[in-house]
Amino acid sequence: MVKEFDIPVLPTYLETPKLKEGVMDGEGPFKSTQEFQNPLGFPGEKVDNWQKVAIDKIGELKSKYRSLQVFLDSCVKCGACTDKCHYFLGSSDPKNMPVARQDLFRSVYRRHFTFAGKYFPKLVGAKELDNDMLDDWYNYFHQCSQCRRCSVFCPYGIDTAEISMAAREVLDVVGIGQKYCNQILGKALTIGNNLGLPEPALRDTLLDLEEEIEEETGGVAVKYPLDQKGAEILLITPSADFFAEPHIDGLIGYGKVFHQDGVSWTLSSYASEGANFGMFIGSYDVMRKAALRIRKAALDLEVSRVMVGECGHAWRVAYSFWNTLSGVGVGAADEFSKKLQDQLDHRYPQPQHIIEYTHDLIQRGKLVFDKSANDDRTVTFHDSCNVARATNMGGILGGQFILPREVIKAVCNNYVDMERSTIKESTFCCGGGGGLLTDDLMEIRVKGAMPRMQALKTVEKDNGVNTLAAICAICKSQFSKVLPKFDFDPYMIVSVHQLVSEAIIMDKRKIEVQENKLEAD
Amino acid sequence: MSVISIFFTALFYITLIVFFIGMVKKIYQFGITPAPLKIPIAPTPLTQKGVVMRIIREIVLFESLFRSNKWIWLFGWLFHIGLLLILIRHMRYFWPDDLPDIFLLTQSFKYAAFVMVFGLIGLMLRRIFVERIRYISAPSDYLMLIMLLIIGISGMIMTFTSNHTDIIMVKEFASGLVSFNWKNLPTEVYFLIHIFLVFVLMAIFPISKLLHMPGIFFSPTLNQVDDARSKRHIAPWALKQEQEHATRLEQILGKDE
Ligand code: SF4
Ligand code: SF4
Repeated sequence: MVKEFDIPVLPTYLETPKLKEGVMDGEGPFKSTQEFQNPLGFPGEKVDNWQKVAIDKIGELKSKYRSLQVFLDSCVKCGACTDKCHYFLGSSDPKNMPVARQDLFRSVYRRHFTFAGKYFPKLVGAKELDNDMLDDWYNYFHQCSQCRRCSVFCPYGIDTAEISMAAREVLDVVGIGQKYCNQILGKALTIGNNLGLPEPALRDTLLDLEEEIEEETGGVAVKYPLDQKGAEILLITPSADFFAEPHIDGLIGYGKVFHQDGVSWTLSSYASEGANFGMFIGSYDVMRKAALRIRKAALDLEVSRVMVGECGHAWRVAYSFWNTLSGVGVGAADEFSKKLQDQLDHRYPQPQHIIEYTHDLIQRGKLVFDKSANDDRTVTFHDSCNVARATNMGGILGGQFILPREVIKAVCNNYVDMERSTIKESTFCCGGGGGLLTDDLMEIRVKGAMPRMQALKTVEKDNGVNTLAAICAICKSQFSKVLPKFDFDPYMIVSVHQLVSEAIIMDKRKIEVQENKLEAD
Repeated sequence: MSVISIFFTALFYITLIVFFIGMVKKIYQFGITPAPLKIPIAPTPLTQKGVVMRIIREIVLFESLFRSNKWIWLFGWLFHIGLLLILIRHMRYFWPDDLPDIFLLTQSFKYAAFVMVFGLIGLMLRRIFVERIRYISAPSDYLMLIMLLIIGISGMIMTFTSNHTDIIMVKEFASGLVSFNWKNLPTEVYFLIHIFLVFVLMAIFPISKLLHMPGIFFSPTLNQVDDARSKRHIAPWALKQEQEHATRLEQILGKDE
């Protein structure tokens, strides 16, 4: 069972810990089984000639991914990244230092693919991929949330996320997959979402939501259309938005914004998932497979815009990879991509983030807010890693930092940023990203949350911050779990669109406001 | 020519060839390996010009390193700038004729040796005394620094102490290597150690972490433009696979639309 561990004490200032070798040694997360491995094309258990399979796979990957080849060769062991990983800062385990994590992979690469490693292994730290090493791979590459913070601080941009994705792919092809990710992928690729929620259940949920909102707003009929052919916008959002707290309040916010804009929109039951765990397991094929569902849904529903809800890695996959994987965007030449391109309205960025959309409406004065509705809150914003370091919004430099903050400030009077070195491109991961959001990894999740919690504690003390807003489903789930462990209120984590939802003035009152204005004139 | 001169002359050409072939192979490998996905890292430039500026800032100022760790930046930057100035100054030895006046400008670059050695000592002390860096260091990491230190210090001994080498002979030997007009070299021990280690470094350049030099230009996180939504980016292998519907998932999960 999951072992007991101490919850880190939050220091006044974040300090680099002394190394404690082996504290995070262990078996790693639960392993996947035949049932979940085979549908993804991976063997169900460790194959007999696993060493050869693994080495061949490393060779294949490094010839397919320049990132891997260049990063393996270029590290000078300067140590600049050693104190940048939240998992190291929270756990003190030296193998959680980014370069040490890479070295688990690099030492094997050197042993098998470089002159120095073949003939002078001791000299250059080359190592054999034996059982111990494989265990270390499984354990420590599942203690990396692929947050890319280390890459920002490396003089060569060496991105440990690329290495850990490659490592996980190697592990998958030798038959050692992670249960959490691969089980979820099975559901996403067959049913359409990570929760395995079939169409009727989804429809019921949405109907309930509509009723709830109508009651709450005193009769405003905000709709949650599902599979509505010919709608303008297809919203692709993480399925957590349908069920989990506080995500669902964000979904309420999206609905209200669409309603106020008067745009027609729809969800898809075939592609009811924004998250794409294919990225976490490093598999181009699996990631593409999941992305293609979205293209198909867009084609079938004949929408002219594809929009993405609040989810960090989903936005990375959508913004940076969709155009490559499935041709959602411009430039792809296959039959379906072309059809989609003709269908899409290119006056809008494709895909577009819900924040970009709401921000644009705010800019154009299309939404009316009562900011005082959020006056009981002092808000700070957690930049989610994938949004912050791997995407953009609004097409302006640093737009991914600017737009969400502007949306928050448009609906809240009290906003404070956390310490500069812990936000924007230097943001600390919530601790649960990259496929680690599972209970069997609770220890590393809690420890990895420490740096973020420390920065939050500071603004709580100094500025009275009582609300943490985020635009990532994983961040929201992770924070709900770990906040109480650090003596915070678990309900202080909210969706940005929840803040929007609380302040937005809906139809009826909007008309009143306008009438009052007219009278005043 | 003396035996030792023949040895060093031959060693020069051998290491040069090893260096050259190794580097061409490596750069070719970096060059042909596709980057299948857009993975630029924040703060991300949105234009090609922005990317060029970013790489220049990284190379000239070590921008990311500065953001990351001021000490490593200071020592690392001083070492590299010192080395660069010294290398420029060394051109005088390879210049076949009398030196043009422009070389007067490089006269004072000899003091850069102090800067370089200072940087190296700083890096070495960090490697030894900072626990985290000691943990990630392999013997070769120390060895590399030791070699560079010996090269620097032996050069300084020849330049700044009374252990001068016969500079005319050095010049004849070095420029002879370039013009294939081979000459004897001075046999003072400092000089021999100096050039021997330089040759060794040259030979191991393409098989060691010194590859960070070409590597920085090929790093996808640094050299990609953030324009994924407006321009399609696709690797040849991915395109082929897409056209042939060739992924194994096709068989398991059905064909894609
Ligand atoms: S910062 Fe980059 S070069 Fe330096 S040790 Fe880390 S990965 Fe290697
Ligand atoms: S990508 Fe993030 S989690 Fe992984 S090693 Fe780098 S800083 Fe740590």
